[in-house]
Amino acid sequence: MSDRAQHYFVPPPSHWMIVGSFALLFMAGGAAMWFNGADLGRYGVLVGFALLAFMMFRWFGDVVRESEGGKYGKWEDVSFRWGMSWFIFSEVMFFAAFFGALFYARVLAVPDLGSLASRELLWPDFSAHWPSAGPGFKDPFTPMAAWGVPALNTLLLLTSGVTLTIAHFGMIEGKRTKLKLWLFLTIALGVTFLGFQIYEYSHAYSELNLKLSTGIYGTTFFMLTGFHGFHVTIGVIMLTTMLLRSIAGHFKPKQHFAFEAVAWYWHFVDVVWLLLFVFVYWV
Amino acid sequence: MSAVIDTHGHADHEGHGYQPSGLMRWVTTTNHKDIGTMYLWFSLIMLFVGGVLALTLRAELFQPGIQIVNPEFFNQLTTMHGLIMVFGAIMPAFVGFANWQIPMMIGAPDMAFARMNNWSFWLLPVAASLLVISFFVPGGAPAAGWTIYAPLSTQMGPGMDLGIFALHIMGASSIMGSINIVTTILNMRAPGMTLMKMPMFVWTWLITAYLLIAVMPVLAGAITMVLADRHFGTSFFNAAGGGDPVMFQHIFWFFGHPEVYIMILPAFGIISQVIPAFARKPLFGYASMVYATSSIAILSFIVWAHHMFTVGMPTAALLFFMYATMLIAVPTGVKVFNWLATMWKGSMTFETPMLFAVGFIFVFTMGGFTGLMLAIMPVDVQLQDTYYVVAHFHYVLVAGSLYAIFAGTYFWIPKWTGRMYDETLGKWHFWLSLVFFNITFFPMHFLGLAGMPRRIPDYASQFTEFNQIATVGAFGFGLSQLLFLYIVLKASVFARGEKTPARPWEGADTLEWTHLPSPAPYHSFHEQPEVK
Repeated sequence: MSDRAQHYFVPPPSHWMIVGSFALLFMAGGAAMWFNGADLGRYGVLVGFALLAFMMFRWFGDVVRESEGGKYGKWEDVSFRWGMSWFIFSEVMFFAAFFGALFYARVLAVPDLGSLASRELLWPDFSAHWPSAGPGFKDPFTPMAAWGVPALNTLLLLTSGVTLTIAHFGMIEGKRTKLKLWLFLTIALGVTFLGFQIYEYSHAYSELNLKLSTGIYGTTFFMLTGFHGFHVTIGVIMLTTMLLRSIAGHFKPKQHFAFEAVAWYWHFVDVVWLLLFVFVYWV
Repeated sequence: MSAVIDTHGHADHEGHGYQPSGLMRWVTTTNHKDIGTMYLWFSLIMLFVGGVLALTLRAELFQPGIQIVNPEFFNQLTTMHGLIMVFGAIMPAFVGFANWQIPMMIGAPDMAFARMNNWSFWLLPVAASLLVISFFVPGGAPAAGWTIYAPLSTQMGPGMDLGIFALHIMGASSIMGSINIVTTILNMRAPGMTLMKMPMFVWTWLITAYLLIAVMPVLAGAITMVLADRHFGTSFFNAAGGGDPVMFQHIFWFFGHPEVYIMILPAFGIISQVIPAFARKPLFGYASMVYATSSIAILSFIVWAHHMFTVGMPTAALLFFMYATMLIAVPTGVKVFNWLATMWKGSMTFETPMLFAVGFIFVFTMGGFTGLMLAIMPVDVQLQDTYYVVAHFHYVLVAGSLYAIFAGTYFWIPKWTGRMYDETLGKWHFWLSLVFFNITFFPMHFLGLAGMPRRIPDYASQFTEFNQIATVGAFGFGLSQLLFLYIVLKASVFARGEKTPARPWEGADTLEWTHLPSPAPYHSFHEQPEVK
C-alpha cells in the first residue's frame, strides 16, 4: 500500500471473455448430449474446448504483454498474489470435498453397511473392511499397492518441488541458464509422473480388475487420483509456458510473479499428492 | 514475442482509445459500474422468471386436486424456482451491489481484476440458458428439488445433466467474482481506510466472498460426484457399491448452509448502511457488528446437519448440531439489537429505503425465530419437509435478502442514475410488498404446523382456505413487483424524476456520497482520496 501516486492498471474492454462463455456453453451442452447417447455432442465438447484454449491463449497473452510492457507495478502485483492465493484456497476446498467423501465412506458408510442391522436386513454376507467395493459387488479385485509405482511417483513429485526451487533461485540470481535447465527438469519429472500414472491405471484395469466402477474403492481411488492427475497436467502446461517465456527472455530477477504463482500451484499439487499417497494408497 | 509487445500492446489496445459502443460495449466492458448494472438487470429478469414459476405453483395449489400442471411438471417448477431464485436472482443481485458499491465505498478506481469481472458476469447468461433449455429435453428440467438429493438426482433424465453443468458454471462465476471482491477489498482501499474503518457493507461482502470461495468448490465436488454416479459407473451415493446417499446430503449441506449466509450477510451490510443514514446516527456497535458477522461465518461451517435431522444420525451428532445452530442466534441477535440501538433516539425519517430496512428487521426477525424453532431437533422431526420450513426460509430469503435488495436499490439508485426515484410509488411498493408478503407466507406456518408437506401439488381438503389465502397473496406480491420494475425503469432507462445532488441523503457519509457527484462518473477515484 506504499506507492499510491501511481494509477492502478484497469485494462481496456476485451473480447476474450465472451469467447470463453460460448466455449463453456458448447462444452456443457455438448457433454450433456454426449453423456446421454447423442454422439454429436462430442463435437460440441471439442469445439468448446478449442474455443476455451484459444480464449485463454489470447487473454493470458494480453496479460503477458501488459506485464512485459511495464503496465504492472507493486500495487497490481499484490492483487495477483491475493488472487492466486484465494484461487489455490478454492482448489483446496474442491479436493476437501473428495477427501471428505473418502473419509465418510471409510469411517461411516462401509462400516455401517457391515453393521448388524444392515446385515440382518440387507446383505447378510457382507463383511466391512477397507478396501471394499460394497456389498453388491461380487467381482474380485486387487487394491493398488502403495510401495511400487506410487512410492516412486511420490519421490518424483517431491524431487520436482526441489528442482523448481532451484530454478527459482536461478531466476532471482539472474542466472538464466540455471533457471531454464532446472525448470526443464521439473517439467520432465512432472511428465514422468503422468506417464507412470497412465501405466498404473492400465495395470489396474488389465491386471488388478480395479476399475472406476469397482464400488466405492474404485470410485474414490480413480476420482481422487484422477483429479490430481488432471491438476498435474495443468501444472505441467503452466510450467511449460513459464519455460517458453523464460526462453523468450521474459521475467526479471525481482519481478516474475507468474513464475511464482506456478510454483505455488505446483507445490499445492505436491501436497495433495502426499495426502493421496497416505490416505488412498497407504493406510 | 517482444516485437509483438511493442507494436501491439501500446498502439490500439491502450488507454481509453478503444471503447466499443452499442451491444459490444456491454459484452466487452471492464468497467465495474457497467458490470454491476448488468448483474442487477440480470437478477431482476431472473426474479421475474422465478416469480412466474412460483405463481404457477401457487395457482396449482389454489385448490386441492390437480388442475393446471401435472405432478412431474410441478416438481420441475419447484426445483427451478429454487435454483433460479437462489443462483439467478438473489446472489447476482448482491454481486451487482458489490460491483457498483465496493470500489466507490473504498475509494478504488475499479475492481482488482476487471476482465475476470466481466467473465464472472457473462457466465451467468450461459448458465441460465442451460437451465431454461433443460425444460425442453426429454424428461424435462431437474425435478429433485434445488437440493438435488441423490438418489433422485442420480436417476433423472438429461435435464439433470444440464442443471449440473449450469451449477458448475454458476459456481465458477461465483468463485471468480469472490476472488475479485476479496482482492479488491484487501488491496485497493483508499489510504487511511483501515479494515476497521470500512463501511459495514464492504465488511459483510468480504466475509461473504470468503464463504463463497470456501464452499462453492465443495458444491462443484458434490455435483461432479452426482455426474460420475450418473454416467461413469461410480458408487459415491450407491449403497450396493459401498457408498451412501446420505453422504450427498452431508456434502451438499456443507455447501448449503454457508450458502444461506452468503445470501443474507450482504443484506445485513445494506441494512447497516441504510439505517444509520436515515437515523442520522453512526452505526451502533460497529466493532461488534464486524465480530458478529465473522462469528456467523465461522459457525455456518459447523451446523449443516440441522437440515438432516430426520435422516438418521447418532444422538450425539443431533445434539451437537442442534446446540451449534442455536449459537448462531447470538451474533444474529447482536446485529438486530445494534440496528435497533442505532435507531434509538435517532432523528429518523422514513423514505422508502428506510421503510424497507425497518420492514426487514421486523419480518426477518420473525424468520429468525422460526429458524430457532426448527433448530430444536425434536420439534424439527415434526416439521421437517412441511410448509413450516417453506414459511421459515421465505421469511428470511424474501423478507430478508429481497427486502434488503429493494432497500439498497432505492438507497443507491440516485447515485447510480443521478435521478431520484418516485417516492410515492416507492412507498406504495413497500406497503404492497409487506402486506402481500405476509398474506402469502404467514398462513404457511399454520399449514406446516398442521402437517401439510411441501413439494406436493395436491393436498387434503382441510388445508384449502390457508392455501387460497396464500395464493391470493402471492399474486398480489408478484404484481406489486411490476411497480418496482416501473420505478426502476423510470429512474434509470427513461431518466425521469428530479435530478439529485451528490448527497441526497444527509445522513449518508460513505465515500460515494461525500466524494462523487450523482450520477457517479464512469471512472471514479483515479486519484484515491485520503481517509482520515
